[in-house]
Amino acid sequence: MSDAPESLVQVRNLHKVFRRGSERIDVLQGVNLDLAQGEYLSLMGPSGSGKTTLLNLIGGLDTPSDGSVTVSGDRIDKMSGGKLSRWRSRHIGFVFQLYNLLPVLTAERNVDLPLLLSPLSRAQRKKHVATALAMVGLSDRAKHYPRQLSGGQEQRVGIARAIVTDPTLLLCDEPTGDLDRRSGDEILELLQALNKEHGKAIIMVTHDARAAERASRTLYLDKGMLVNEGVDA
Amino acid sequence: MRFFPLIWSSLFRRKVRTLFTLLSIVIAFVLFNYLSAVRVAFSMGVDVAGNDRLMLIHKVSFIQLLPESYQARILSVDGVKAVTHSTWFGGVYQDPRNFFGQFAVEPEGYLNMYPEFLLPDDAKERWYRNRTGAVVGRSLADRFDWTVGDRIPLQGTIWRTQNGDTWEFTIDGIYDGAEQGTDTSQFLFHYDYLAEANALGRGFVGWYMIQIDDPSRAVAIGDTIDERFANSPFETATSTEQAFVQAFASQIGDIGSMMTAIMGAVLFTILLVSANTMGQSVRERTSELAVLKTLGFTNRGVLSLVLVESLLMAVVGGSLGMGLSWLIIQQGDPTGGLLPAFFVPPRDLVIGAGLILFLGTASGVVPGVQAVRLRIVDALRRT
Ligand SMILES: Nc1ncnc2c1ncn2[C@@H]1O[C@H](COP(=O)(O)OP(=O)(O)OP(=O)(O)O)[C@@H](O)[C@H]1O
Ligand SMILES: [Mg+2]
Repeated sequence: MSDAPESLVQVRNLHKVFRRGSERIDVLQGVNLDLAQGEYLSLMGPSGSGKTTLLNLIGGLDTPSDGSVTVSGDRIDKMSGGKLSRWRSRHIGFVFQLYNLLPVLTAERNVDLPLLLSPLSRAQRKKHVATALAMVGLSDRAKHYPRQLSGGQEQRVGIARAIVTDPTLLLCDEPTGDLDRRSGDEILELLQALNKEHGKAIIMVTHDARAAERASRTLYLDKGMLVNEGVDA
Repeated sequence: MRFFPLIWSSLFRRKVRTLFTLLSIVIAFVLFNYLSAVRVAFSMGVDVAGNDRLMLIHKVSFIQLLPESYQARILSVDGVKAVTHSTWFGGVYQDPRNFFGQFAVEPEGYLNMYPEFLLPDDAKERWYRNRTGAVVGRSLADRFDWTVGDRIPLQGTIWRTQNGDTWEFTIDGIYDGAEQGTDTSQFLFHYDYLAEANALGRGFVGWYMIQIDDPSRAVAIGDTIDERFANSPFETATSTEQAFVQAFASQIGDIGSMMTAIMGAVLFTILLVSANTMGQSVRERTSELAVLKTLGFTNRGVLSLVLVESLLMAVVGGSLGMGLSWLIIQQGDPTGGLLPAFFVPPRDLVIGAGLILFLGTASGVVPGVQAVRLRIVDALRRT
């Protein structure tokens, strides 16, 4: 099934059609994409070009209209329901533009959320949470609530939550879109470190060309198709 | 339960709203218990009435007197094991507001007929021998702080003595109830005292209690007795004690169904209140539920989270309410002892617990299904 053995993500002839009443929107029209293990890919394109849609399909949040998505050997377009949920919790870490932390939980409890679904013991979970918070440099903010944190810190908690289960792939949708330049740069550095030092594969959607430069490759989505303009495609 | 902190903090995301909802639930369950205690007090006796006992009253009404001579004639009816009688005295103790039931009875016959009235043997002996002696129920004794040996004057309203209307009694014993529902508010004294001292002379009693050997023949035996006295100046109506007490209770109005109706309305309102709270709480965290689903929480998972959350609210509020009402009911009945008993029967406690669970589940179902229906992609797009 896999063309390249080291390939982590394979997207083949992917189509996504939305219908709004009688209107039909062809958002993705035959997208093909390969992502190697440990690769850092950035995805750019005009607003409404389908970047979020593509990310959702790769992460198993939505199902394609046609085509296939394979992630580390699993045909996720064929999965659904509880099976897909469990697969997601093991393989994917999501980072959102608006952080999407639970305001009623402290930083460490937010990071702990994905682990609640794992068979880990309380002590093991505590250790994982501490490690993840340390990796994003927020060990001293563990007991803080999201409203007591800056935007950049919130996003770092978001990243800690995404990596705490040690997922195969990080999917980041405009992770710096809501941050000022300095905080944004810190987040980008963090993602780069996760990629370089911990070998995490990353797909990052961004509108910022400077952010995209941090990735090892950049793809452009336009009119539902991918246009290669990467450095080492 | 590893999800507990998550559920607990979700519950208190809007502290004021949750507290108000909790308070409504607390009040609802205080009312529930309190009203069931009142309901039980009014239907008192119905549940504990024996089904091997018949009540024989005057056909016209139970305030009409019957000849004392009927006793022997009733006893001769086939299937009758024992017969005794009771007469309403209706005296006043100090003040008409201090109402309680006083009955002139045959001491031995009465206690044999009602084994649920527990009296120590020495007290029995004392009472049987003392013509002006009386025994009183525990709750009545507590109400007026009476002890054995106290002399109790009662003003006769129906019955007068030859030299006035004050009757003197000595308390020979205090009886307890064998069951929680046994009426311990009665004042019992010798029929002989009433018969010999009253101005009209002896010969009449209030009603008869008849013990039969086979409860399944109750109706037939009752009919036989009534036939025996048909066409006499004192025709009779015999029914089971249960039917009699029921008819007596319904004279005060159908308190039971009134209470049930009130409780139903209260609980239905509370259901709407807490369902609304849960609904709002789920609606305003659409994106958070979507995030949980993104992280791998299944549909069943989010449904459980919402259901457990609303159950938790109902259980916390409901138990507080039940506990509080217990404290209130412990303080005694609101009339200061007029009611024969004041407690929540175990059956109603079980129903209360059931209602708590029902409230929790029912108010969580709609929001829970909403959470299940939530499509991650749409929910995240809305933020
Ligand atoms: N659930 C949906 N129903 C209908 N149309 C949708 C739905 N989701 C996305 N679309 C449409 O698909 C198109 C692509 O949306 P998408 O969010 O993927 O774009 P995007 O590239 O992420 O844009 P942006 O840069 O603004 O985030 C848009 O025209 C959008 O309106
Ligand atoms: Mg987008």
